[in-house]
Amino acid sequence: MIATWQAPLESGKDSEELLLSFDEGRDRRILILPALFDEANKMRRFTVQLMRRLNSAEVDCFLPDLPGCNDSLSPLSEQTLASWRSAVDAAAKQFGVTHFLSVRAGALIAPASLPGWHYAPQTGAKLLRGMMRAKIIAEREAGRDTSSDQMLTVGRSQGIELNGWFIGSAMLNQLETAEPVVGERITSVEQKALGGAGLWLRAEPDQDNAQSDALASIVLETLVTQS
Amino acid sequence: MNTDQASDCTPTGDKSGETPAEKDSGLPMNRAALDEELKSILADVLGIDPEQADELTSDSGLFGHLPELDSMAVAGLLTEMEDRLDIVIEDDDVDGEMLETYGGLLTFAESKLAEA
Repeated sequence: MIATWQAPLESGKDSEELLLSFDEGRDRRILILPALFDEANKMRRFTVQLMRRLNSAEVDCFLPDLPGCNDSLSPLSEQTLASWRSAVDAAAKQFGVTHFLSVRAGALIAPASLPGWHYAPQTGAKLLRGMMRAKIIAEREAGRDTSSDQMLTVGRSQGIELNGWFIGSAMLNQLETAEPVVGERITSVEQKALGGAGLWLRAEPDQDNAQSDALASIVLETLVTQS
Repeated sequence: MNTDQASDCTPTGDKSGETPAEKDSGLPMNRAALDEELKSILADVLGIDPEQADELTSDSGLFGHLPELDSMAVAGLLTEMEDRLDIVIEDDDVDGEMLETYGGLLTFAESKLAEA
């Protein structure tokens, strides 16, 4: 269930990363693309609970850590959306997946060639805005004044640390304009389809099995329709 | 594949899509409706029941008083207020006073809606 995988880096080398998976060699295999940065922590339990539901419905699923995230030995500051997209493409090939499911800003790095689902997709600009806003609040609390414009000016050339996340300049530039990947076979599932409020809103990471079950049901319904 | 999966599903217990009638009619949201919506947003952020959120008063402490309400959580709260109240919150709007108590946040939201 917990293994590792080889993620390609921009340098041309590979980075060994952790992989959480339910792999029994079944026909339907879904690559799970996690929420990014702070939301990754908030959505982790929801995401793994969703995978457990899919597994019990005879669907294989794979949640690879991306370089720079969680226990990765590669620095986050060196990662970009483009390098993560390459890693995702490599993961899709290595695991032989048939579909993907992205959570929140995971939609920014989804493979356009595969059918799949974006759960509550978020644009890069909105993700960045939330992170910069948190930094502004924390800085003001510490008696220092700053603004989004100031942060963007610095970040575009030197990269910037936002609430403990080291965003390199290339990552920042890409996030500013990144949109959820579009494709004919990609379905967007909005939060209202799950009932209740999105768990990324919670001040503390939380779980809601009813929401994980609801998303699993939506995914499974589509899979049944397709087969 | 269906391109709009969400519309084919029957949401259960969904409150996030509701908007107060005042908003739908194009009239400014009144204080009671705004109070209800703001408490609902706080309930979602703090993970508390609507009944508990109902107990919030003007003096209830928020940022700096509730340890779980850190800067990331407040940023999420403000973004959700923008989405649900259809307002835009500028960097300069954000200060300790508006975030310190529930009353401060409500007054801020009211003034933003009046501007809109």
